[in-house]
Amino acid sequence: MPFLELNSVSIGFGPNGARSEVLRDINLAIDRGEFVAIVGFSGAGKTTLISLIAGLLKPDSGTVTLNDLEIIGPGPDRGIVFQNYSLLPWLTVYENIHLAVEQLFPNWSAAKQQHHVERHIAMVNLTPAREKRPGELSGGMRQRVSVARALAMDPQVLLLDEPLSALDALTRATLQDEISRIWQENRKTVVLITNDPDEGIYLADRIIPLSSGPGATLGPSIRIDIPRPRNRKALNHDRRFKEIRREVIEFLLNSKGNRHHPSVTKKLVLPDLQPEDLNVPRAMLGGRRRPIRRSEIKRETVEVDGNV
Amino acid sequence: MSDYVELSNLTKIYPGPKGPAVIVKDFNLRIRKGEFVALIGHSGCGKSTVLSMLAGLSDISGGAIVLAGKELAGAGPDRGVVFQSPCLLPWLTAFQNVMLGVNQVFYTANLEERRQIAEYYLTVVGLGEALHKRPAELSQGMRQRVGIARAFALSPKMLLLDEPFGMLDTLTRFELQQALMDLWQRNHITALMVTHDVDEALFLADRIVMMTNGPEAEVGDVLNVPFSRPRERKAVMEHPRYYECREYLIEFLEERADRKSNGPTESLGTPSDPAAKPSRESWNGKGLVEPAGLARLV
Repeated sequence: MPFLELNSVSIGFGPNGARSEVLRDINLAIDRGEFVAIVGFSGAGKTTLISLIAGLLKPDSGTVTLNDLEIIGPGPDRGIVFQNYSLLPWLTVYENIHLAVEQLFPNWSAAKQQHHVERHIAMVNLTPAREKRPGELSGGMRQRVSVARALAMDPQVLLLDEPLSALDALTRATLQDEISRIWQENRKTVVLITNDPDEGIYLADRIIPLSSGPGATLGPSIRIDIPRPRNRKALNHDRRFKEIRREVIEFLLNSKGNRHHPSVTKKLVLPDLQPEDLNVPRAMLGGRRRPIRRSEIKRETVEVDGNV
Repeated sequence: MSDYVELSNLTKIYPGPKGPAVIVKDFNLRIRKGEFVALIGHSGCGKSTVLSMLAGLSDISGGAIVLAGKELAGAGPDRGVVFQSPCLLPWLTAFQNVMLGVNQVFYTANLEERRQIAEYYLTVVGLGEALHKRPAELSQGMRQRVGIARAFALSPKMLLLDEPFGMLDTLTRFELQQALMDLWQRNHITALMVTHDVDEALFLADRIVMMTNGPEAEVGDVLNVPFSRPRERKAVMEHPRYYECREYLIEFLEERADRKSNGPTESLGTPSDPAAKPSRESWNGKGLVEPAGLARLV
């Protein structure tokens, strides 16, 4: 019995008549403790998909169920990490996380709450920045707070919506390593949305490409049977890594290619001109000049070469 | 073939509150005519500083740049620049944005010919049906296509690309890399591209120059890309040496970029004074470029 299930889910936006379908007939079954990555173009409907699981949107048809119960709204059983961190700017790292803990576990003692918050701050290596406000933190550190907050809620499912897309390559790699480590420690069910196939393959147990919208559908589900811990450098000589990577990228590029309508054939002319040297004042050249044709230049070059 | 672009002992120093900060130090690079060179390194290592000096947008503190036999002074339309954000004028259409430069550089040509140039490049980058749209009506990827068309339309001596696809998602990036490659393969304009995307560098470049982390960034290592042209993504990714090269670059970025290189064997690197680099002592030589390792890839 799958833990999280999407059953023929479709959703669209816009008024009747001008309605555009974003997701069409999405079927997805995720087991407890599984790490699934969904990878697709921007605008494909990835965020719509995760909003459905989060309960922030309702499907037009089909059902989304968690643990056999239909999802009808947002709830603390699903922790979300957004791309834009979504932290409260006037609260410190500790207070941001404590706010979530306080809401969810009101009958815990103050000491227990504090311990719980501190444990999660330590988990993402932010103990030294505990009293800092988001404005004083780098993008990577803010995203760590966001991850710690989501995990402190002890959700049944962790939803990561392009958590690392706004970060530079190096910070992204560091955070990927941390997400990987944390996941191996607590084995939460994770749904990761990303536009980077490498990120998906590096982190997940299973990767599913989402075809490009409108009317996006999920592609083949590919099991990533590469042992953990994975090494970003060593993956490059892993046969499975190369196969999976090729399969995912090909699916995505083809799904986009199909949507391209052949444009009207146009006859194009490219005049054979040499750019003018703008450092030479125009006035000095005197009167209206003829543009220099490249073909004329070429003949000259040949002569020069002959002299050499 | 002779060197077309020459960067010799290029240095950039900014005055700082704690004395001058040396961002780039003695950076040496030679590019042949028609060559596509990628410059990779981490954010903040000084890659873009090198590029903006080459573009003439940033003063040179030391050393010199020679392009086609002339020392560079200031910016000019002989170098087409594609920035990370497309920098289009929002009140002009895609066509008008391209025409702005074309009108300057081809002022002797008649209007019809200038129009043909702008239309040609915009159509080739895939904007044939969006010629008269304003930037706000275009997606991020399409705006960047306008930026590429604008740079090519000036028939520059050199093309400078400063992480042109850095703001796009991985897959849109693939499409634009293809568009850039298709266009570039028509006339092989000498190009220097700054990027931190290993796959992008491998797909596009003839040679990849790896930069050490700043301050005092310099050339750490150089990789000659073994794939033949014209290139096609699928074939490149299935090339038997693709992942070998990829691993080599990732290894540099993850393990070696931080340490000051002792200079690769080629004349490209600058021999550094061992006494000036205390970090070398703690370094067991693992990160050194073994001549065998380099030969394997060259």
